[in-house]
Amino acid sequence: MTKKTAISEFIVERDKEKCITCQVCCRMCANDVHIHDIETDEIISDSNKCVGCHFCETLCPTGALVIKRNPSELKINANWTKEIINDITKQAETGGVLLTGMGCDKPYPIYFDHIVLNASQVTNPSIDPLREPMELRTYLGRKPEKIEIKDSKLEIEIAPLLRLETPILFTAMSYGSISLNACIALARAAEEVGILYNTGEGGLHKDLYKYGKNTIVQCASGRFGVYKEYLEAGAAIEIKIGQGAKPGIGGHLPGEKVSEEISQTRMIPVGTDALSPAPHHDIYSIEDLRQLIFALKEATRYKKPVGVKIAAVHNIAPIASGIVRAGADFVAIDGLRGGTGAAPKVIRDNVGIPIELAIAVVDQRLREERIRHQASIIAGGGIRNSADVIKAIALGADAVYIGTAALVAMGCHVCQKCYTGKCNWGIATQDPYLTKRLNPEIAKNRLVNLLRAWSLEIKEMLGGMGINAIESLRGNRDQLRGAGLSDTDLKLLGIKPAGEAW
Amino acid sequence: MVDKNQKRIIIREEYCMGCRLCEVYCLVQHSKTKNIIKAYKGEYPKPQPRIIIEEKGYLSFALQCRHCEDASCLEACITGAMYRDKKTGAVLCNEDKCVGCWMCIMVCPFGVIQRNRTTKKVASKCDLCLGEEIPVCIKNCPNEAIIFKEME
Amino acid sequence: MNHVIIGNGPAAISAVTAIREVDLKNKITIISDEPYLNYSRPLISYLLAKCINRERMPYLQSDFYKENNVELILNKKAQELDINKKEVILSDGKRIPFDRLLIATGGTPIISEIKGRDSEGVFTFTKWSDAEAIAHYIKTNKVKEAVILGGGLIGLKALEALMELKIKVTVIELADRILAATFDQQASKIIKIALEKKGCKVITNNTITQVKRQKAKIKSVVLKNKKEIKCELLIVAVGVKPNIELTQGTPIKINKGIIVDNFMQTNISDIYAAGDCCEAKDLLLETNRLIAIWPNATRQGKIAGYNMAGIKKEYQGSFQMNSVELCGVPTISVGITTPQEKDYEILKYLDEGKLVYKKLTLKNNKIIGAIFVREINRAGIYTGLIKDKVDVSSFKEHLLKEDFGLISLPKEYRKHLVSGAEIEV
Repeated sequence: MTKKTAISEFIVERDKEKCITCQVCCRMCANDVHIHDIETDEIISDSNKCVGCHFCETLCPTGALVIKRNPSELKINANWTKEIINDITKQAETGGVLLTGMGCDKPYPIYFDHIVLNASQVTNPSIDPLREPMELRTYLGRKPEKIEIKDSKLEIEIAPLLRLETPILFTAMSYGSISLNACIALARAAEEVGILYNTGEGGLHKDLYKYGKNTIVQCASGRFGVYKEYLEAGAAIEIKIGQGAKPGIGGHLPGEKVSEEISQTRMIPVGTDALSPAPHHDIYSIEDLRQLIFALKEATRYKKPVGVKIAAVHNIAPIASGIVRAGADFVAIDGLRGGTGAAPKVIRDNVGIPIELAIAVVDQRLREERIRHQASIIAGGGIRNSADVIKAIALGADAVYIGTAALVAMGCHVCQKCYTGKCNWGIATQDPYLTKRLNPEIAKNRLVNLLRAWSLEIKEMLGGMGINAIESLRGNRDQLRGAGLSDTDLKLLGIKPAGEAW
Repeated sequence: MVDKNQKRIIIREEYCMGCRLCEVYCLVQHSKTKNIIKAYKGEYPKPQPRIIIEEKGYLSFALQCRHCEDASCLEACITGAMYRDKKTGAVLCNEDKCVGCWMCIMVCPFGVIQRNRTTKKVASKCDLCLGEEIPVCIKNCPNEAIIFKEME
Repeated sequence: MNHVIIGNGPAAISAVTAIREVDLKNKITIISDEPYLNYSRPLISYLLAKCINRERMPYLQSDFYKENNVELILNKKAQELDINKKEVILSDGKRIPFDRLLIATGGTPIISEIKGRDSEGVFTFTKWSDAEAIAHYIKTNKVKEAVILGGGLIGLKALEALMELKIKVTVIELADRILAATFDQQASKIIKIALEKKGCKVITNNTITQVKRQKAKIKSVVLKNKKEIKCELLIVAVGVKPNIELTQGTPIKINKGIIVDNFMQTNISDIYAAGDCCEAKDLLLETNRLIAIWPNATRQGKIAGYNMAGIKKEYQGSFQMNSVELCGVPTISVGITTPQEKDYEILKYLDEGKLVYKKLTLKNNKIIGAIFVREINRAGIYTGLIKDKVDVSSFKEHLLKEDFGLISLPKEYRKHLVSGAEIEV
């Protein structure tokens, strides 16, 4: 018996008075939710197929559609929730691993929402960002032990650094998990704002080589698309050991999403699944990692920073320390809430630790070992607004990676169905019918707007704190206070409770 | 002669989603009531949009009168119904003069002139939404697949 | 510089517009042998049918001649041409000097030799005054039955007008089918069915040999096969020939019409010709040919005007084309529709029930002719493909499909077409 018993998540409500049967919704839904019945000249919506992406609702010219959570309720049960029951039902039907997209949506504590910022009053005047210069520029990479100047000239050699006009970067989202139009938008936005974006493990499409100086090329466990020109194209190289959404396991791009162009970029046959293995099969110890880091540095003649991306797990502090000692120029940490195109649901929701704690313990450990200057920390995994950026930097990060926020700026409504390849917004798909919907120019403008807005807000908050340079905020835990956090949390984060003065 | 400041509709088929919202708004603009719900549900016969949507596979685009500098329809019109608006440079059809001989349909290389199915036997085509600041199809395209730009 | 134009039709008017685009000073004179300021000849059948009134006959704004500084001489025939003195001699003897001359005299109906054709009630149908005369005759004589000789475009448009006036009509055609010049058997058959459904009678392979009268007025016609048909009105529409009377006695080279080069100039320097009176380049046949249709006249007049004003513009050539709606059936025919030789490819679509017919004639994978009956949507795209001599082999199977459009064309050609000279993408 193949009766579907999982309860649909959403229902489509159509106001018949307003519906003009223009059929825009029918044409636009990639999940075939809306069908036009020719005989009755009415549109019937199959709510079972709705994923809650809201594309139809956004386009409807009369506002006749509302997508609601299905009010069909089970008896209230704090333990056996509707979601848990549905998951078991689906697994009983399919016998497979449940997949999902985007970041962990479970109510683990969001420490950012329990941290408050300072503002200057009386004793230390605040700064008006509209009148005074505010320095948001940041440099990532290995900083020197000390500066030596002779005759107004720098005596020592500085390792290659990455310059960011604002301390925010676009995180790794591979071409394959997202469309080429989305990649182009990210690349162009990075170029216009003066920051960098990350190729992810999908290789670099030939049309994107011209944005090379704003690109961080990733060398992941599957080594997709990694070859000499690829390494030379980017401004920096990132070795991906793990990501926040699925620590400990590798990446997966279903064969359906491997088109001719993906095949060329990733250098794999068309239609085959692109599986990245869990470990790099040539990195089984920290010494192996050091070997790879220096192999990449040699290959690029020490002209580019080489960093490592890891997921935030329990032993993040010693791991980060080992990585810095292995010669990495930057360490990218991806927290529990980091997003993904496809991951097993159970791993995404249960594995990893929140980024706030990870930043704090890593920063603290590296300072204690007096190696904090040897690498920059880039933190990502659920950075939602400019306040999160400020808090992350104050906890110890040099810059932040944003992923989900960038996609939402381009139109994503976080329906978490990226793995189906049917993204109606044209972002997480390779279907040419769908990818047209993302106009790279429009998307680029939206990303630039987002970063501009956040940068202005950061300046406002900095000014409020009496700080005029982002460098002065880095690791400045004293600007933060915890509100409603336990003693242990406070201790781990290294911040005082709200109410306590210096 | 066409003024360099006059704008024309540029088609970018790479961005057309095939949603046909341009057609919806073109219909409303050329209806009696100009109200979207009344135009679709209340007016009979249903108003006729001037825009033509072409679709094939996943390729699609909206096509309307190009308001050509060297317009064939202006040459072919036997009644003087086709004329050029001085201000916008748009080629317009005066329905009071048109007798429906269809010479314009015969010569238009884009095939953007249609027979009016609703009101009377006249030629029907894009009029650049005369009176509006920007044609409604362009205003309502969600992906900027059609844009309004000055002639170079 | 004295520009003189003989004729006041579309060729003459577009010549004026072209000259005035670049030259606002020099004199332009138009000589017309009709009393009307300006009117569209194709509209006379609509006038007769009472679909339009007299106010709608002109196609220009009333201040056109004043705005464009044109001296308009009406009601005077240009009788003679003095090539040496460069003067046009009018019917009243007046001499009009010219530096550049455009002959745009249009066409004149072919008068066939029928016994009794000088009876009252026998008309040709090419001018406004013809429509007025016929309308007057119908009214005064309470005409109920009429005959039309000639099943071509003019004949059938006249037929339609008469049917609109509730007159019973018989049309007699010499060829084996009506509209023989532009239509093939199938298209012609569909129109014939439509006409007969409306109560009209169609006789083919026949002609009129004699007109019988009573008290000077027509009472019947006798056909070649001796059959007699009672009627109160006869319209003779057996064809129109170029009006080239003016060139007699001059060295201007003529064939059926005045022969012009690609700059609309005759063999005599400074003398041009355009419109229904001339033979200019046929794009498909690559010879000079008479192509008497409004858009060609306009285009030829424009080119002639530019060249007269000193701007060298070359005529690209054109081809036969016609759009006519008969008895509610719109039809369009373009190019070579009934080829004689063998190496042509024919593509057809016929729906007998709905009486929809589409036909394309191809040679060497290029469209050279098209017929559309009832379904004339987007016919102009095919006209464009004929004009640009586009190789259609890559999309041949899509040509007659219902969804054929620019999207079926190769992307590069489409982008060029849409962006071309007009718009930049």
